[in-house]
Amino acid sequence: MAIREVLGIYRDLDSAVAAADALREAGFERAEFEVLSNAPYPEGTFGEESGIHRLFVFPLIGAACGFAAGLLITGGTQLAYPLVTGGKPLLSIPPMIIIMYEGTMLGALIFTVLGVLFESRLPWIGKALYDTRITAGYIGILVRTAPERESLAISALRTANPEDVLTEGGSVGGTAPAAQ
Amino acid sequence: MQERHHLGEEAITRELFRPLVSTPAMMWVGFIGLGAVLAIFVFAVSWMIYWGLGVTGLQRPNMWGFMIVNFVFWIGISHAGVMISAILRLTQAEWRRPVTRAAEVMTIFSLMTAMLHPVIHTGRPWRTLYWVFPYDFWRNLWPDIRGPLVWDPSAILTYLTGSTLFLYTTLIPDMALARDRTTGWRHVLYTILALGWRGNERQWKMQTIAGFLLSGLILPVFVSVHSIVSWDFAVSLVPTWHATVFAPYFVIGAIHSGVSAVVTLMALMRWLFRFEHYIRLEHFDAIGRLLIAVGTGWLWFFLLDIFFAIYPQEARELEIMQFRLFEWPFNVLTALIFIFGYFIPVPIWVFQRFRRNVKIMFWTSIAVNVGMWAERYWLIKPGLMRKYEWTFDWNWYRPSIVEISIVMGSFALVGFLLLVFAKIFPPISVWEEKEGVHFAQQLQVGKRRVSAIVREF
Repeated sequence: MAIREVLGIYRDLDSAVAAADALREAGFERAEFEVLSNAPYPEGTFGEESGIHRLFVFPLIGAACGFAAGLLITGGTQLAYPLVTGGKPLLSIPPMIIIMYEGTMLGALIFTVLGVLFESRLPWIGKALYDTRITAGYIGILVRTAPERESLAISALRTANPEDVLTEGGSVGGTAPAAQ
Repeated sequence: MQERHHLGEEAITRELFRPLVSTPAMMWVGFIGLGAVLAIFVFAVSWMIYWGLGVTGLQRPNMWGFMIVNFVFWIGISHAGVMISAILRLTQAEWRRPVTRAAEVMTIFSLMTAMLHPVIHTGRPWRTLYWVFPYDFWRNLWPDIRGPLVWDPSAILTYLTGSTLFLYTTLIPDMALARDRTTGWRHVLYTILALGWRGNERQWKMQTIAGFLLSGLILPVFVSVHSIVSWDFAVSLVPTWHATVFAPYFVIGAIHSGVSAVVTLMALMRWLFRFEHYIRLEHFDAIGRLLIAVGTGWLWFFLLDIFFAIYPQEARELEIMQFRLFEWPFNVLTALIFIFGYFIPVPIWVFQRFRRNVKIMFWTSIAVNVGMWAERYWLIKPGLMRKYEWTFDWNWYRPSIVEISIVMGSFALVGFLLLVFAKIFPPISVWEEKEGVHFAQQLQVGKRRVSAIVREF
């Protein structure tokens, strides 16, 4: 089923919150719209939380991979070319710990960043309605809905005094057209 | 405490993007001046590669000289950048906002400069790189992981990778902002770096969590790196190097010099880019108070290192410590370290009016790093300049003009890279400044109207 996008652009926070409320009152689920801004707002500013994430799993996986790589490099090097020094054990644990520690941290750091990108859905190369006014301080409310509900979304967005309302076809203006 | 100026979002963007779109005269002076010193650096390195290590002051047993001293110094400088950024993020300190970006960038460029030194120091860098990279087993090359010269690159590469990822992650929203305001090659560059950032709630949530997670992960790495750098020396048998206190001593020294370097950078950014609205006197005040504690902690470890060398009454340790403390030129260096590293700056920082004076903070931070460079030299060189049992020769170390040029050039390199960065990327995080504006409020407390920050726990 085709999905249509509508983007409302708001000058201030209160209007954007009012638009989010209007969308909910018009029967739109929270998952059907997202808020775009140029800086973070506290969670829940525009309603309930925006989905679960598994970011915390990534550093753990990375740490495990890094630890394994560290173990392989240090242990593997010594076992592959056994060189007994002064009758001491072949595997020299203290220096192994140093490199395994660095490997663990490196893995955790790399996987955390990969996790951030994955959970943020970046890099984003798909098409989505966007307006450069968002990075200039305006707040955007992007509705993704079925084509038959597009006009309902536009109406709901217009109730909160938007600066502009954009559809895939272009701007439809910030205010409701005068009644015929 | 909060002396926030109430600026609109557009004004914040315009002011923080100013270095990207305009080049003040002083910036040109910086580019040309630093570029000239950098040219000398390149010439000195080329000269040394062409003629060999004989053009330096290195000879047996002084196989480590200015370049290794400078390596340790720059590793130290690199430390405080990410440390400050990570600690302030974890504690949600409000004054972090204008400081973190520049501190993180300084970390990366200092680390890169530091890493150059051991490679140059080998005299034939291409051979070093050929044998070391990639770390492979195909040519029956089995690097001994029991040696600190393997631990060291592993730690530094981890730190450099982590710091770069940390910086890049926090840079993405600003790249989107730049993308939306530029044309031409800059637009292409920022579009690629922004990765399609749109600024939805989920992306901001991930950005916030990433700040905490990466800070928590990078802090232990930062401690480990300078510990491991200290073990380059401490696991050897050279007297006065072979000290268990070296790891924490190097770490606190790194914080002392690095935080001071952040102060230097803050002052320069304030003057050069006219960032008075962002890098405010309260920031110098706060960092000055931090420096009093850090400097005093460093002094304690400095004294502890001397004490540990004297207390066991071992003849060789005593000899070198006597050499360090009472013989020319190390006696003068000892005085320099004490005076510049502690007794000039710290008593000055005790007074709030001096902490809130940018010029005084700038010059005291420079003094600390003069003292700290001397301290690195004082720590590393005397132990090598002595004749030991079963050694055939010993020599005095005199750095050549080539080595001096390399050291001077390393400062120019970091400065030049920082200027280039500021021409391409905003040196203060724009989105974090705007986030601060969203949460800033004015509260009436009795008869006083105070600036306050709403914070979510």
